[in-house]
Amino acid sequence: MSPAIRHRAPEPSSLFAALGDPTRLALVRRLSGGGALSVTALTAGTRISRQAVTKHLGVLSRAGLVASERRGRERLWALAPGQIDEARRALEQISREWDHALGLLRKLVER
Amino acid sequence: MPQPIPDRIEKKILLRAPRSRVWRALTEAREFSEWFRVNLRGQFGPGLEISGQVTYPGYEHLTMTVRVERMDPERLFSFRWHPAAIDPKVDYSAEPTTLVEFRLEETPEGTLLTVTESGFQALPVGRQGFAHEANSSGWEEQLKNIERHVASHPSPRA
Repeated sequence: MSPAIRHRAPEPSSLFAALGDPTRLALVRRLSGGGALSVTALTAGTRISRQAVTKHLGVLSRAGLVASERRGRERLWALAPGQIDEARRALEQISREWDHALGLLRKLVER
Repeated sequence: MPQPIPDRIEKKILLRAPRSRVWRALTEAREFSEWFRVNLRGQFGPGLEISGQVTYPGYEHLTMTVRVERMDPERLFSFRWHPAAIDPKVDYSAEPTTLVEFRLEETPEGTLLTVTESGFQALPVGRQGFAHEANSSGWEEQLKNIERHVASHPSPRA
């Protein structure tokens, strides 16, 4: 392992932290159209270097937000909905639990 | 289309009861325990921690702990807790908490209660699971929310 990798900055611990950077947010926005794009395509028309884009994609990838796939000589990046979908299902669950609890509260105070 | 996870749940419910009655149901531990299905021991008080065994069927092996933040009589009751801390083997104490707020408003028909739970996005990856239901706003709208939030709460760069 190279010193550069060993000494890299700590990873953001949350989804929010992964998105808490204008460049990463821009990358997510770019990928939110649904397609898979190469680093070259993601870099085109920006002032950001390929290295920087690759680094930011790595952070998003570790937060489970994007995933890549090799196609021929290129690596293509796309949004990875798995993590977000799973979280949303659990959110729906907690929302239902609030509804249920508040229904019980209503019974208690209206009786 | 995937959407980022929103940071808060909000629920509104009109209760046909006076504010004083609703306040009591929220802030007396015994009454709170009844509708929230927990068996809290002790009393709610600003800055105080209170815990008890969950009585929700299937989750009786869990202990729930909340730390009260504010108690403005008949207006605002708030506490922090670890949302859905459902694995007794896991120590959640180092994780960020979510903030639960109950706001009471008097209306001609009774008491309008607004419940919000916020702070889900600060939870570690894989634990956002206990946040709120998907709302109808799209990806663009959610990104704007995140951008606004980020603008006011800068985070360190990786």
